[in-house]
Amino acid sequence: MQILIKDGRVVDPGNYDGIADIFIEDGKIVKIQSNDNPRQLPTSNEQPATRNKQQAYRTIDATGKIVTPGLIDMHVHLREPGHEYKETIETGCLAAAAGGFTAVCCMPNTNPVNDNSQVTKFIIEKARLADTVRVYPVAAISKGLQGTGLSEYGDLKDAGAVAISDDGCPVTDSQLMRRAMEYAKRFGLLIISHCEDLNLLAEGVMNEGALATRMGLSGIPNACESVMVMRDIALCELTGSPVHIAHVSTMESVRAIRDAKSRGVAVTAETAPHYFTLTEDAVGRYDTNAKMNPPLRSKDDREAIRKGLADGTIDVIATDHAPHSTIEKEVEFDRAANGIIGLETSVSLSLKLVEEGILKIEELVEKMSTNPARILRIENGLTVGNSADITIIDPDRSYIVDVESFRSISRNTPFNGLEVKGKAILTMVGGKIVFDEKNNNL
Amino acid sequence: MQFQKKNILDMESLSVDEISMILDTADRMKEISQRPVKKVPTLRGKTVVLFFYEPSTRTRTSFDIAAKRLSADSLSISASTSSMVKGETLIDTARNLEAMNPDVIVIRHPSAGAPHMLARTVSPSIINAGDGMHAHPTQSLLDLMTVRENKGEVKGLRVAIIGDISHSRVARSNCIGFTKMGAEVILAGPQTMIPKGIETLGVSFTLNMEDAIYDSDVIMMLRIQKERQKSFLFPSEREYAKVYGLTRKRLESTKDDVLIMHPGPINRGVEIAPDVADGPYSIILNQVTNGVAVRMALLYLVAGGTRNADTD
Repeated sequence: MQILIKDGRVVDPGNYDGIADIFIEDGKIVKIQSNDNPRQLPTSNEQPATRNKQQAYRTIDATGKIVTPGLIDMHVHLREPGHEYKETIETGCLAAAAGGFTAVCCMPNTNPVNDNSQVTKFIIEKARLADTVRVYPVAAISKGLQGTGLSEYGDLKDAGAVAISDDGCPVTDSQLMRRAMEYAKRFGLLIISHCEDLNLLAEGVMNEGALATRMGLSGIPNACESVMVMRDIALCELTGSPVHIAHVSTMESVRAIRDAKSRGVAVTAETAPHYFTLTEDAVGRYDTNAKMNPPLRSKDDREAIRKGLADGTIDVIATDHAPHSTIEKEVEFDRAANGIIGLETSVSLSLKLVEEGILKIEELVEKMSTNPARILRIENGLTVGNSADITIIDPDRSYIVDVESFRSISRNTPFNGLEVKGKAILTMVGGKIVFDEKNNNL
Repeated sequence: MQFQKKNILDMESLSVDEISMILDTADRMKEISQRPVKKVPTLRGKTVVLFFYEPSTRTRTSFDIAAKRLSADSLSISASTSSMVKGETLIDTARNLEAMNPDVIVIRHPSAGAPHMLARTVSPSIINAGDGMHAHPTQSLLDLMTVRENKGEVKGLRVAIIGDISHSRVARSNCIGFTKMGAEVILAGPQTMIPKGIETLGVSFTLNMEDAIYDSDVIMMLRIQKERQKSFLFPSEREYAKVYGLTRKRLESTKDDVLIMHPGPINRGVEIAPDVADGPYSIILNQVTNGVAVRMALLYLVAGGTRNADTD
């Protein structure tokens, strides 16, 4: 199959930005032809396509659209194995494709836990059968996420794990975290840290502050996150192993990461769209779709997250896509499960940052594609010879979020009914179109 | 004025006029309990479900007596006898109750917001009899009634609430209820028991009990739960009693006509000394008596009063 993506604004940070045509053959990018200035072809040494060949191309008109290297969501929960009523690898991949993602990293808190090569291989096989987006398993730091012994990183790496994390649970034992960082080095596995001090968490179910007090809900202080961020930065300095801080939600964490980066510490960080979009006010009338961990924070925290994104302190936007069914969500607030789905709203919510002038479009692409790829050391970019993992975004498309249209099995989002602008309209993985808004059946 | 509220969920959602109307109605209801035959037919044919997920003697009995004195049929469901022990969700249990057409569901639940969830889900009137640390509006109303009865009006009074504010739904509801009715509320307790942002309810706080009580017209003591020692809120009952207990000695520096209140159950010798609890300033048992009157008023207003007469 030969595809030509024509006349789009190609945004590939650090590589290319301009109106261009992308030629794809056999799943790979074979040529990028600038339309800005035809005399400066970025791939001038390539053979120009013959007339015959050009006719054989299926042409996608991307006029007025943004063409980016495939977006990567490096923090999702696909729930399989074990919780298939919430999501499966297949439905999660469909949701990812519909959200404009060509790759996802799935967290290990499944049942059984992805702490051994069998589970890793199972996930990879299921993803292969789903044949939609790329799935990069994240394996457990500790066996069974119990925080008492290391998983077999060598085996896990061989099976295809790209990173390790006890996401959902913090690694409370600092010595175990230190040893995990040291031991992971040999295998080049990135450590993704879920930063939370369980003693400070106590019974907390939402952000600590006046609203929690008024609602009679136990609060979670910012320090619950930031003390662990600071610990992991210290361990990162001690061991020299890179650490990626998951779902940053507080201003103190942003400050600590900014400071660490300025000292050259190998720390990277992500936040999720809900932390730069919403505040604790969304909990409102005990809405369990606004309950997540870490919790939605104050306006000041949201502002700090936005600043952290703008100044590069926060490298990545990842969704922490956490599907739950009504069984976990249509219950009392303090008993409800943490988490919201995010794959199918992330691009729209993130584009708002561009509209508001917080990020330039190329910076947004960095945070949703270039940076996750760099941090995870996976192939990325619209360069000749690369696999054709491409997302096409219509930045002007206004629509109302409708959970009933979601590919995800679950419906737990506080964004249902929200009017947004900008949407992924086509997703291509290895030259295969896995989502095309014009043809929902794809 | 017609009473328009279908549900009694918290003090925040009641207006000053509605609170006044409830208190006026309660004043009239109080007389019924003093008759030799303590029953009127007002709510005959109405069904009131007392749905208690948490242990309660005072509040449940109070609602039960209130319903019976108005001739409503009342029945109690507790967590241990409900299908919750079989894993049924709160919403499912409530929908099943709803299918049997009760007029009022009185709910006490350990989760904040549980009554609000029911109010959104099922059709009977919901009365919150205490939800987690959030609200206990009927307690606040009976406290307002008792203070008003003793002082003539609530407006302009200074009310001190002492103890574990963090975990107290009574404190939260009274912060809102008393300030709404024009009183000044000052809280006291160790910092461990003062929740973040409580001043946004329009109250002030001090860590020093003496500062709170010396000029107050009402002192409300809160129950200290021994198990809070485990979460490091205080070191021992002994020390708590020493720093925050209401003793006769501490009463010496208060107003002569101070009122001592407590939502119960009291820990004698911890937050309140026995001679103070039983002493001349104590109106603790008046609170209990007025609890029945307030609950009669609420049942009447939501199930048999002007609201239904108007809308049916």
